[in-house]
Amino acid sequence: MIKKNQDDIKKASNSRIEDAEDIAAKTMADTDVTMENDKAAEDDSVASVESFSQEDIAAGQVFLTPGQMVRRQFFRNRLAVAGIIVLAVIAVFCFLGPAFSKYTETEIFYIDEDTGMEVRMADLEDYPNAVLNTKAAPTKEHVLGTNEMGQDQLARLMYGGRISLMVGFVVVIVEMLLGVTLGGMAGYYGGWVDMVIMRLVEMFVSIPFIPLMLIISSLLISLKISPQYKIYYTMFIMGIIYWAGVARMIRGNILSLREMEYMQACEATGIRTRKRIFKHLIPNTMPLIIVMATMDLGGVILMESTMSFLGIGVGVPYASWGNMVSSVKDNVVMRNCPWIWVPPGLMILFTVLAFNFVGDGLRDAFDPKMKR
Amino acid sequence: MRQYIIRRILISLIVLLGVSLMLYTLVRAMPADYVSLATSASPKMTDEMRNHLREIYGLNKSIIGGYFDWLGSALKGDLGTSLMFARPVTEVIKQYAPVTFTVALIALVLELLISIPLGILAARKQYSRTDYIITICVFIGISVPIFFLAALMKKAFGYYGLNILPVSGMLDARKTYPAGFSFAKFGDYARHFVMPIACFVITGCGSMLRYTRTNMLEALNADYVRTARAKGVPEHQVVYSHAFRNTLIPIVTLLGSSLPGLFSGAAITEGLFALEGLGNIALRAANMADVPYLMGFNMFLAVLTVLGYLISDILYAVVDPRVRLS
Repeated sequence: MIKKNQDDIKKASNSRIEDAEDIAAKTMADTDVTMENDKAAEDDSVASVESFSQEDIAAGQVFLTPGQMVRRQFFRNRLAVAGIIVLAVIAVFCFLGPAFSKYTETEIFYIDEDTGMEVRMADLEDYPNAVLNTKAAPTKEHVLGTNEMGQDQLARLMYGGRISLMVGFVVVIVEMLLGVTLGGMAGYYGGWVDMVIMRLVEMFVSIPFIPLMLIISSLLISLKISPQYKIYYTMFIMGIIYWAGVARMIRGNILSLREMEYMQACEATGIRTRKRIFKHLIPNTMPLIIVMATMDLGGVILMESTMSFLGIGVGVPYASWGNMVSSVKDNVVMRNCPWIWVPPGLMILFTVLAFNFVGDGLRDAFDPKMKR
Repeated sequence: MRQYIIRRILISLIVLLGVSLMLYTLVRAMPADYVSLATSASPKMTDEMRNHLREIYGLNKSIIGGYFDWLGSALKGDLGTSLMFARPVTEVIKQYAPVTFTVALIALVLELLISIPLGILAARKQYSRTDYIITICVFIGISVPIFFLAALMKKAFGYYGLNILPVSGMLDARKTYPAGFSFAKFGDYARHFVMPIACFVITGCGSMLRYTRTNMLEALNADYVRTARAKGVPEHQVVYSHAFRNTLIPIVTLLGSSLPGLFSGAAITEGLFALEGLGNIALRAANMADVPYLMGFNMFLAVLTVLGYLISDILYAVVDPRVRLS
């Protein structure tokens, strides 16, 4: 499979070298077609586009709707497809995995000193000689071993992933809601609205993130918020901090869209402002929003894991990939127990990597200039 | 042009005022102040004594009053006295800044040296195997959590691995060096800085490389490049003097805005490798609620960020003649 892919790539690059000029011309032509199609889709409804392609197929010419074109472009990108698959596997592992797991994230395991048999938390009273089963190497019972508190690593990996993914989605939803609304307003209205919102954006961008989170975390601890709920507050605050970057991008995009002819047409035909924004402007910023949301999902998960590593995110006894890696601060764990800190680290890496690949693939797919 | 710059500077000042107010409110809103944290271990302290100390440290004022006091002295160049160090904040920053600056500067130079040539290479051979390999490496660099990378490197090169690089600190604790410069001491510093700088470069050069590649691709697809090729200009010259020159504009502007990132990232990296820099101290200061130092450090970063944006905006206008300012 890989061999074949490489051959494909090689073939493509060879042909590119041979007639670069030709392909460049073709790319230009393709770009034009895409742009025309984009415009067509803006004016027409989906149904008419479908009949349109039917006719063309009959005429021996295949025209694709922008949606189909994006999809085709996207699935041609092998890295992006790999990213989707990895994400699907991770989602199944984290959300369905616990249903098949015998253990929970917080259960502590003991071991009977006399027999060497494992004792579960519930049966502890029957075994007076039981000691904590800490840092156990991977066995059949504990596929990824146990950590320094005697908890099953595989179960913690699943529950930790739930937290990481959830944090990512919630933060991105919050930041997108805020960022798109405010950035859209700044770009559309301009003038003093733009001035005020953009200064606010600059302020939020200028605040150093990590020190800020340290301060907020100590605030949350002192407010006696239980570790289980602390993460929800943290998510909310992260969303509030992160909106600024989104707003800036959306504003820039809206500014250029505002100058488009179809916006002039909107004005000339007297369409209501609300409809102009939500029916004509926002759908055209959708590609940007989708790409940014995907990329930010990765970024937020990375940030959350860093915070948990520093001890200001998800607290014990609850698991998160970040605080699982933080066991590595102990030299003995680093040296002797790679099963404690390597798997969660790799999980973070793969998840973030997958989101980035998908986001990058989407960006290329949405960009008519990136034809290949 | 001058009007634009003046207006931008004025706006930046307003932004900084807003940032400082937000930061001060947050820092002071921390429920445990320095006095209660520092005296929590001594049973003989009474609340009266604590209140007295608060008065001395100026922590008894209201947030608004305290903010205007801080602002007044900060505008005169006095950032107050650090509670942890019992020394002026400016002095503390001056003492620890060189480490942070050295690491950041070396990392930045290395990032440029790696990302620009590789970015150009990836753009020239778009969708080739080289491009794929570079892309994958870049994305791994962007996606790897820095603490995990640090742990892997410590395990591989540190004492329990190959034992060729020190894992923490800045100087070998078993050796003593005479005051002043010596090559042995310099070498020791250098050895300790290898891993932190490597962490910065690996996690940092990805975005710059991608940026170079994207802009280079755009330039290579431009009409003037086609014209140059059609006229028979050598490929080398087409790439470097026609296309690359035009990607310099976005790279310069990116440089301005990547400056603060290097310093705020220091808070984590310096903590991981126990470097005595500004970021590491900021972590401790946040745990001890050292209001003046936290304000000083965070405002320093905020000023850098605002300055970065300002410089990149102005540079953009200077470098690109198409940008008209009004």
